[in-house]
Amino acid sequence: MANITFREAITRGLEEAIETDENVFIMGEDIGEYGGAYSVTKGFIEKYGEKRIKDTPISEAAFVGAGVGAASAGLRPIVELMSISFSLVAFDQIVNMAANLRYMSGGQIKVPMVIRAPTGAGVQLGATHSQSFETWLAEVPGMYCACPSNPRDALGLLRSAIKSDNPVIFAEHSHLYGSRGEVPEEYFEIPLGEARLDREGDDLTLVSYGYGVHILREAADAMAEDGIDAEIIDLRSLSPVDYPTVVASVQKTGRAAMLDTARRNGGAMAEIVSEVQERAMDWLDGPIIRVGSKDVPWPYNRNMERDILPDAKEVVDAARRVIAF
Amino acid sequence: MEQAEKSKVAATGLVRPTSNGPDKESPSTNGYDVSRNPVLSERVDNAELLRMYRLMLLIRRFEETCGQHYSLGHIRGFLHLYIGQEATGIGAIAPLEDRDYIVTHYRDHGHALARGLDTNRIMAEMFGKRTGLSKGKGGSMHIFDAAQRFMGGHAIVGAQLPLAAGIALAQQYMDTDVVTMVFFGDGATNQGTFHETLNLASVWQLPVIFFMENNLYGMGSAVGRVRHRGSDFSDALGAYDVDVVSVDGMDVLAVREATQAAIDSVRAQGSPIFIEAKTFRFVGHSFADPGDQYRERSEVDLWRRRDPLVAYPKQLLEYGVTTQMELDDLSASVDAEIEAAVEFAINSPEPELSEAFDDVYA
Repeated sequence: MANITFREAITRGLEEAIETDENVFIMGEDIGEYGGAYSVTKGFIEKYGEKRIKDTPISEAAFVGAGVGAASAGLRPIVELMSISFSLVAFDQIVNMAANLRYMSGGQIKVPMVIRAPTGAGVQLGATHSQSFETWLAEVPGMYCACPSNPRDALGLLRSAIKSDNPVIFAEHSHLYGSRGEVPEEYFEIPLGEARLDREGDDLTLVSYGYGVHILREAADAMAEDGIDAEIIDLRSLSPVDYPTVVASVQKTGRAAMLDTARRNGGAMAEIVSEVQERAMDWLDGPIIRVGSKDVPWPYNRNMERDILPDAKEVVDAARRVIAF
Repeated sequence: MEQAEKSKVAATGLVRPTSNGPDKESPSTNGYDVSRNPVLSERVDNAELLRMYRLMLLIRRFEETCGQHYSLGHIRGFLHLYIGQEATGIGAIAPLEDRDYIVTHYRDHGHALARGLDTNRIMAEMFGKRTGLSKGKGGSMHIFDAAQRFMGGHAIVGAQLPLAAGIALAQQYMDTDVVTMVFFGDGATNQGTFHETLNLASVWQLPVIFFMENNLYGMGSAVGRVRHRGSDFSDALGAYDVDVVSVDGMDVLAVREATQAAIDSVRAQGSPIFIEAKTFRFVGHSFADPGDQYRERSEVDLWRRRDPLVAYPKQLLEYGVTTQMELDDLSASVDAEIEAAVEFAINSPEPELSEAFDDVYA
């Protein structure tokens, strides 16, 4: 085991892929000479050269689309978006090209491509830079969406994403880059679409992904002081969703609260709650309550932004309402 | 419209023989002067000239037949016909090698046929049948044949340009001499992807041919109404340092010659080239559009007088490449091929509903 940061885990996964598969290359804005906006690819261009590490123009539609083209012609591109907010300018290439190509060609074309993107609000970047579009992209059939919460999962999921013959959105919450965790030295992978039991408990099930899992832990600690024993499920992937794991937990506890760090309205949990209540209705002792960011554009002001974001207290309040039902 | 009158007539590779009629004494020259245009003539013999004519007929009849079956309700969705533009697609695709890639727009039947994709399977795709190239899940606007490196059929205007750049990037990466040709219309030149892709292709020196089919209308909008410089693309690409070649898109041999030169250059240099072929669709934007609300009858008539289906066989006869009897035989064989394709499509099974769930993931 090594104690490394989330950033180091992703760096390790990328280096490993570059070193073991000559068809893997990385491209994105300022990933080369600049070293990446979040320093994930620092030193790569010196080490691996400009063929494998491509600095692109600020031209998301073109380089995401070029990634799709390169993938369809046999390479395995890893494309970095500086922010998942910028996926908007490449949405057509992501949705209509990356995700649809295989289907509309009747299975003739595959697109083995990873799109990495920092996601999430909380650092006062205002309305255009604070979005969490993994929840939009997770809805699109034809691609997968991974969103790890810790270094071990980040590395294991990244390995699976790079190996996948399908496009994968790899959403990295920007709060997590500096967070640390234990990562095994020996090789391992984490399959896309496999949730993880983060904490065992009997009284209710808490579900989230990415940075949301850290909020759930804080909430579960607070609840434990009141004698409430919460179970935490870390989805790890928003597409596909590991419903069997979530449903099994809800069947065990009979109660659930789910957290989106994205906006609550139309968030990923809106869909998941709906599906889980259909599958586990007979086991439920109360409504499944959703917590998420409030339904306004992201404000710049620090206090306002914090108020819009969900926190552990809101999760605890939601859990109490479920239990009190 | 002035464009038609000003259309530049490029060298065709065919020159009028000195005597009247073909020189039957020297079959090696096939009736045209091979020394006049080495780029074209060394690679184009009479059989190839006739193959291109047959493709022209095939595309025209295929499109007319699709129109009929659209009216019958056998083909649904949007149907964009290539009628009028045949010389452009054939002249552009004919000089490509099997290893080269083609990416195109939603008016894609002509390119698919020019590339030699199976007529039956294209028609079956129109009919939404399981035997279609995309198993009935793509439709008219999304024709693919990966084995022939025909990478679609793309229906968001200009979206195919980055895809082509990526395929070209892969060729550069793998150090092949494969050329990627991407077709788009004048309408696409106003999309951001057009400028973004040209910049990317120039910065990275990608082996791609940007082939613009300027048919003067983006759906119902005349290029002069929606593009600042109208149909003048001569210096549009100055910022990208991409060579621009303009060619008469109604003259199949001119297109072929210009494209062959571009392919040779891209294969050797690896840097992008832009070809503009001025052409015209004789019919509406899609089958739902009669095509008469936004353009004058006289303009359509002017272009129809340059119909390649009339001009090209006339050229072939005039220069003694073929005989009327041979042309009639070709016409009959095309009719038979189309008839067989329709029969194949009609007799093919509908896909099982469960197949809608296949091919989502690899």
